[in-house]
Amino acid sequence: MAKTLIIAEHSKGQIKKATLSSITAATKIGGGYSLVVVGKDVRAVADLYAKYGAEKVFTIDGDAFKNYIAENYAEAIAQLIKANNFEFVFGSATAFTKDLLPRLAAKFDAGMASEVLAIEVSGSDVVFARPMWAGNAVAHIKITSPVKFATIRATEFDHAKEAGATSPVEAFAASVDPAKAKVEYIEFAETKSERPELTEARVVISGGRGTKGPEGFKMLEELADLLNAAIGASRAAVDSGWVPNDLQVGQTGKIVAPELYIACGISGAIQHLAGMKGSKVIVAINKDEEAPIFQVADYGLVADMFKAVPEIITAIKSSR
Amino acid sequence: MKILVTAKRVTDPDMKIKVKPDGTGIVTDGMNYKINPFCEIAVEEALRIREKGTAAEIVVVGIGPKEAATELRTALAMGADRAILVLIEKYYDSTVVAKILKKIVEEEKPDLIITGKQAVDDDSNQASQMLAALLAYPQACFASKIELVDGGKKAKVTREVDGGLETIQVELPAIVSADLRLNEPRYPTVPNILKAKKKPLKEVPVDSLGIDTTPKTEFVKMTEPPTRKAGIKVPDVPALIEKLKNEAKVI
Repeated sequence: MAKTLIIAEHSKGQIKKATLSSITAATKIGGGYSLVVVGKDVRAVADLYAKYGAEKVFTIDGDAFKNYIAENYAEAIAQLIKANNFEFVFGSATAFTKDLLPRLAAKFDAGMASEVLAIEVSGSDVVFARPMWAGNAVAHIKITSPVKFATIRATEFDHAKEAGATSPVEAFAASVDPAKAKVEYIEFAETKSERPELTEARVVISGGRGTKGPEGFKMLEELADLLNAAIGASRAAVDSGWVPNDLQVGQTGKIVAPELYIACGISGAIQHLAGMKGSKVIVAINKDEEAPIFQVADYGLVADMFKAVPEIITAIKSSR
Repeated sequence: MKILVTAKRVTDPDMKIKVKPDGTGIVTDGMNYKINPFCEIAVEEALRIREKGTAAEIVVVGIGPKEAATELRTALAMGADRAILVLIEKYYDSTVVAKILKKIVEEEKPDLIITGKQAVDDDSNQASQMLAALLAYPQACFASKIELVDGGKKAKVTREVDGGLETIQVELPAIVSADLRLNEPRYPTVPNILKAKKKPLKEVPVDSLGIDTTPKTEFVKMTEPPTRKAGIKVPDVPALIEKLKNEAKVI
């Protein structure tokens, strides 16, 4: 039987790439892995997940799981873990899994590693590397409980590739009484965007305090259109209400690692750097040449972003 | 109603963290400590619930060494009524923290528990959800808005989730963990700081709680994160475009 269970995320009938990173993390452990897809009418998305070499893809399907309610999800997955004796339970470090996994771990009196950056295996020893202090220190920990839980940081593990075989999909009948949950789901206000998802985009263009307002972000969006980029923001910009809060990049926001990260008018506070310093190439544009962002930037331009960004837009347009 | 809030003592998030050369932890010499910013938001929210007209006693709980009383006094100066400090002598993981908090909740029987969603030192983001499981209470984590409804029997909570904002309604007692946008905490005034010195602060040795304090994780070592070298400054936009095209090859 597979050693690891991965909680597979999905949205609008599609798989989430972050889950593919969790699969790669599970392959470091060895011993096989299975996936579980929880929701209502999830058979089709389970079939999509069946292409990635899992021993099995379980579905937990029904009205009780139409909307995410931590109690119901945790109870159902706990039953699946017990029935199959999984030793490791992984999920990607998204808001969804960060909410769910500790609740699930507590049902097993189990330890958990958050935002895992690396997994070191030697013999039966499994050590998880995880960030502390906004990523300024990396703790290496072992989990000593029989069942071990971890959220996996998607930027640190490659996406698993399709395996060329199809895993069996099996419905797991969890016994959950939704009436017991003392929670009522009201609504989900989605942030609508035509852009690539922030955590999955090849290019991210972020604005900070120096963006000065929604108008400044309009300018960044023009550049983002040219580069098929996602828009990100510093905490200062989000707190000022210039952009929705799920655009925040940083310790407590999104962790991104695109090929190109362009920071405009961002000073580079520790908590912001924690969210983007894994990017392959970092460009910083800031008026203040002492701004800490320049300490992590591959290419720094000391300039007023309101002059520099339009120039960049013109230059890219004219070179095409 | 009674509201229980948390106040964890953490290293000042604005100070530079250095890993000890022997990998046993971080350098704490000269370190300043503060109330965890997310806990500060939790305390503020409890105060605002009371100020909106819900008569409430606000109890703040901390887990830490004797010095952690400082952060509890901060919460008292903000306006909490009394404090409980669970004294510990070593670092506990979230599983133990949740068990300690469970014990306090069983004794205090609050109607609402507001915590910080994560502590900015260990960045685990686990204890609130674990506590909810141990108590079999509903949880509403990463809250950006809390509204008491149904005559204070329920809380309507907006949560910061992937791709937007989700709203759920939980029956009390429940656990709500505070995210950044919930509110902006007030600064304690001097008269309130003086008043806070006289408010009750009870110290409770962890051993007296009668819980199993065996952690479920084991620390192996601490290392520095991979460092990123500063690159170069480019003089102007054409130079930047040239580098991105021909050197980095990203556009």
